[in-house]
Amino acid sequence: MATSPTVAAAAPGRAKSLAGAALGRGILAGYLSLIVLVPLAALVWRSGQDGRHAFWSAVTTPQAVAALRLTLVSSLAVAAINAVTGTSIAWVLVRDRFPGKGLLNAVIDLPFALPTIVAGLTLLVLYGPSGPFGIDVAFTRVAILLALLFVTLPFVVRAVQPVLLELDREMEEAAASLGAKPTAIFRRIVFPNLLPAILAGVALAFARSVGEYGSVVLISGNLPFKTEVSSVYIFSHIESSDTTGAAAVSVVLLAISLAVLLAIGAFRRWRDEA
Amino acid sequence: MTARYLLRFGTIGYLLMVLLIPVGLVFYRAFQHGLGPAWDAVTTPGAVHAFWLTILIAAIAVPANALFGVALAIALVRHRFPGHGLVNALVDLPLALSPVVVGLALALLYGTGGWLGGLATHGVKILFAVPGMVLATIFVSLPFVVREVVPVLREIGTEQEQAASVLGGSPFYVFRRVTLPAIRWGVAYGIVLTMARAIGEFGAVSIVSGRIEGQTQTLTLYVKDQFDNFDFTGAYAASVLLAAIALITVLAMSLLKPKDGA
Repeated sequence: MATSPTVAAAAPGRAKSLAGAALGRGILAGYLSLIVLVPLAALVWRSGQDGRHAFWSAVTTPQAVAALRLTLVSSLAVAAINAVTGTSIAWVLVRDRFPGKGLLNAVIDLPFALPTIVAGLTLLVLYGPSGPFGIDVAFTRVAILLALLFVTLPFVVRAVQPVLLELDREMEEAAASLGAKPTAIFRRIVFPNLLPAILAGVALAFARSVGEYGSVVLISGNLPFKTEVSSVYIFSHIESSDTTGAAAVSVVLLAISLAVLLAIGAFRRWRDEA
Repeated sequence: MTARYLLRFGTIGYLLMVLLIPVGLVFYRAFQHGLGPAWDAVTTPGAVHAFWLTILIAAIAVPANALFGVALAIALVRHRFPGHGLVNALVDLPLALSPVVVGLALALLYGTGGWLGGLATHGVKILFAVPGMVLATIFVSLPFVVREVVPVLREIGTEQEQAASVLGGSPFYVFRRVTLPAIRWGVAYGIVLTMARAIGEFGAVSIVSGRIEGQTQTLTLYVKDQFDNFDFTGAYAASVLLAAIALITVLAMSLLKPKDGA
């Protein structure tokens, strides 16, 4: 698309559209900077303002470490559970037939559409102290897991579903005709084909869990060292005007998000090559 | 065959426990004392104000992200430019980043001592006011239109656009008559997702709004405040309103989805 200046001068319309393209790029760059880049730069800058030692001691206070550990462990658990349940749900939605399947397929997206605070309230109503089934897990770590499972439900399903739909069934039929058992067919043929999609979905679910706030804040009880996750930790430290502490832990979460996005990019390239 | 039923009912059971029964129960709780109290709870001045503020913020954030989302998608798919990878990463980042971190970043930028903190002393109030809440909402809902439009643009290719261009169509004419009709379902789907995210945003808005009742309180913040103040009927009623919006969203999604890219 490179146009030399002389050609551009000979065709004023072309020069005009090039100038337009440059202007368009400038506006887009300005929009992204204003909305995303500059605020995040301000956050990173503020976290380093008091020096490296202040940053490090803010990240390594026992309460911050406990919150980060709880966040990472529960996010890993949620990611692992989603790998199994998400793949199973996608399988049922693609390969099984039963009345009401279309409805089930539609409600999978509900956690994407439902505000997180409503999700949290919803779970508290059912699994809280006045729940109808007498199951009360409010203000425990189980409650955090439940909230995270709710909000991350669609990720693996929606990543695996299209791949499963497109998967050529001839390979499976050939394997079956050669006497392979269903479990062997799944393990040797279906699963390897789904793996990049499962991993991409799991990574998104993990990233979402690490940063989740709205659904967790009501049901977890936010007890420091027990049920306080990192996002709640950040929020409470903003409230108590400990900006250094809040900014330092925020930068750690930002780094985790970027790392997960890099991993997802790698899974996508792997899937496209596969 | 048994394995199949086990999987089917296991899946349905899981969805019931994690998703369907909880959502159904909120509807029940909101209306268990009848329609009257629920209606009274969502027509208090605070609730009505929160509702309109939520609509106002979405009405600014959604068109902004629709417009820039389409432009960003075209730039990412059709143009090679320095910083391509960075733009791609920045567009995806809001999907993976905690809304609390987003809120703090904006608060530090526009707060006292921040790089743009001086704006407040010149009478441009961003933090603890609607502009900050709009900025936070645009941030968290940025990726959806881009992510829906990018694959459609890849799929349709450039042949028709080039043909229209060779026949003398101006870039804007080509966009309006060739590109836009081809991507319209992707754009519509992205807008539905953007709208849901904008209406439902809680964490980031919670920090930048300052949660001033009757002033900077959106519906989601209203739910939290009513709950904290033990006004459970009010919290459930506002939740049901939000859940109803979510159900309409899901319905719109399932209507738009099969036509994706067509």
